[in-house]
Amino acid sequence: MALQIITANRLGDGFVVYLTALGALSQRITDAVVFLDAAQSEQRLTALGAANGVIDPYAIEVTTGDNAIVPVRLRERIRAFGPTMETGRAVLPLTVAAA
Amino acid sequence: MYRYDEYDHALVKQRVAQFRDQTQRRLAGGLTEDEFKPLRLMNGLYLQLHAYMLRVAIPYGVMSSAQLRKLAYIARRFDKGYGHFTTRQNIQFNWPKLEDVPEILEELASVEMHAIQTSGNCIRNTTADQYAGVAADEVEDPRVYCELIRQWSTLHPEFSFLPRKFKIAVAGASQDRAAVRFHDIGIVIRSDDQGEVGFEILVGGGLGRSPFVAKTIRNFLPKKHLLSYLEAILRVYNQLGRRDNKYKARIKVLVFETGIDKFTQLVEEEWRHIENGALTLPAEEVARIKGQFAPPPYEDLENGPPELGVRQQTDTDFARWTLINLVPHKQPGYAIVNLSLKPIDGVPGDMTAEQMDTVAGLAERYSFGEITSTHEQNLIFAHVRQKDLFDLWRQLKKAGLATPNVGLISDIICCPGMDYCSLATARSIPVAQRISDRFRDLKQQYDIGELRLKMSGCINACGHHHAGHIGILGVDRKGEEFYQITLGGSADENAAIGQVIGPAFSSDAVVDAVTVVVETYLQLRQNAERFIDTYWRTGPEPFKEKLYAAH
Repeated sequence: MALQIITANRLGDGFVVYLTALGALSQRITDAVVFLDAAQSEQRLTALGAANGVIDPYAIEVTTGDNAIVPVRLRERIRAFGPTMETGRAVLPLTVAAA
Repeated sequence: MYRYDEYDHALVKQRVAQFRDQTQRRLAGGLTEDEFKPLRLMNGLYLQLHAYMLRVAIPYGVMSSAQLRKLAYIARRFDKGYGHFTTRQNIQFNWPKLEDVPEILEELASVEMHAIQTSGNCIRNTTADQYAGVAADEVEDPRVYCELIRQWSTLHPEFSFLPRKFKIAVAGASQDRAAVRFHDIGIVIRSDDQGEVGFEILVGGGLGRSPFVAKTIRNFLPKKHLLSYLEAILRVYNQLGRRDNKYKARIKVLVFETGIDKFTQLVEEEWRHIENGALTLPAEEVARIKGQFAPPPYEDLENGPPELGVRQQTDTDFARWTLINLVPHKQPGYAIVNLSLKPIDGVPGDMTAEQMDTVAGLAERYSFGEITSTHEQNLIFAHVRQKDLFDLWRQLKKAGLATPNVGLISDIICCPGMDYCSLATARSIPVAQRISDRFRDLKQQYDIGELRLKMSGCINACGHHHAGHIGILGVDRKGEEFYQITLGGSADENAAIGQVIGPAFSSDAVVDAVTVVVETYLQLRQNAERFIDTYWRTGPEPFKEKLYAAH
């Protein structure tokens, strides 16, 4: 099977979190525990789903290498690493050169 | 502008207290997410990819400077220092914490704002022509009727759990600037043969998965019957609209499947029961609301003050801005000013807290403290003295709000897409930025002329792509982003749904494809023909040939 990690949004602030090996929740994907076995991830998913501090936990496929965990799907990469453009930036308007 | 009465204040304060209690129970574990979700959605609170998102209502787009300052405060104190204006004239904050939302709602209530009915299967924020009250071609001010609809529809006990969400727009002139033909109900204020002012009522328009142009259900409805007629339409929809399939639950599908003649008959039958009942509008109440939208104390001025002409002759940038971003005002000596929220390379519709504070101050100084957000994701100053235009322009320019591109190719309507939205299947903002960058030469944009480019990151069409002269829809193909191009859409009084021009383009290819479409238009256009007129004259074939020539 493909490698998996478990993600959710945290209840209090809505931020993206990942399940760690110690059963805690971390905002850093590098802290996530990677499952090789579907049964194991499903068991942890069920336990996490019953907890009150997170919303809608689910497993996602990832690749690993170079000490990095990278989600396979773009949607999950955006969740992990943030919007793909600069946000909250005022941009000054261009002017037209005189004819 | 409309000010809350004691009922409005009480209702909004009660809702804040209610949501505070619901939030506390959720955080303490007393409510499950399944129980809490519909409650938070009733208060405009979604969960998106990265965080919660709070959508704040701006009824028909009208804000005071005090309200905009409050939005700036919320952006700074509770969010990441910016907000996003939407195609329903609302504003969204992308990063609020659930635990802060009751306090945010309390802050909003202090300036007569809220987030009620910005989500859920209810009647959403009624939108209007952004030039309401000041347009030279206006029959009557649509905000008066939007406000009446707001009061009627707020917490309407019969219509709080409709089959699906419901959107109404009102235009005050024959030129449709509110996209009324793409709404569940569209209302056009018009005169009949005797000169009496009333409404043309359209029904069953919409975008999304199944786009439809609304059909006229009543050519002319006397004013006093507005609410009873809307009630009759909603009752028929509430009873017959599908609840078994959310993709077929909007009124547009009911109207299409029933047929407009039969649907009209059902509405008229329902209306006969309530036609002269409690919903008949009392003239004095209409007059009271009208009074709240009375024109500000304009000075007696003449059009074209000498200082304006001198500045236009000596400053090319200013002259361009006045040509592109201004609209004629019905009051001599005044102008309607569009503030562009589409700087080249910027995020369409985004505004920083600092910009909000600056605009609030400028509105007080130059436009009687009033600001309007538009469904095209820009802002309006509705009452600027022509002799003040140069000073205002210089200050807007410093704040990054004077890009002279309104109605041009870089004035892109764009949904948040997959950078924020949990429904999106592709990103939209970065593509809009690349298109904006490709056409960053403003001289080139002026040469191209009016071109409405609209872009959505999924089939739900929040970016109105079906109604774009050029529309772009982001789709997912086996994990990769692709972009489907439609041509020939239009949101105005000649409403049309764009046609898919051919196979979708990869993310790398889509900006080049848009460039080919524009270049083809420039080769084909006759005289000063607009893009849309050229397309309607030639049809899709020449564009298809150029786009897919290499394939």
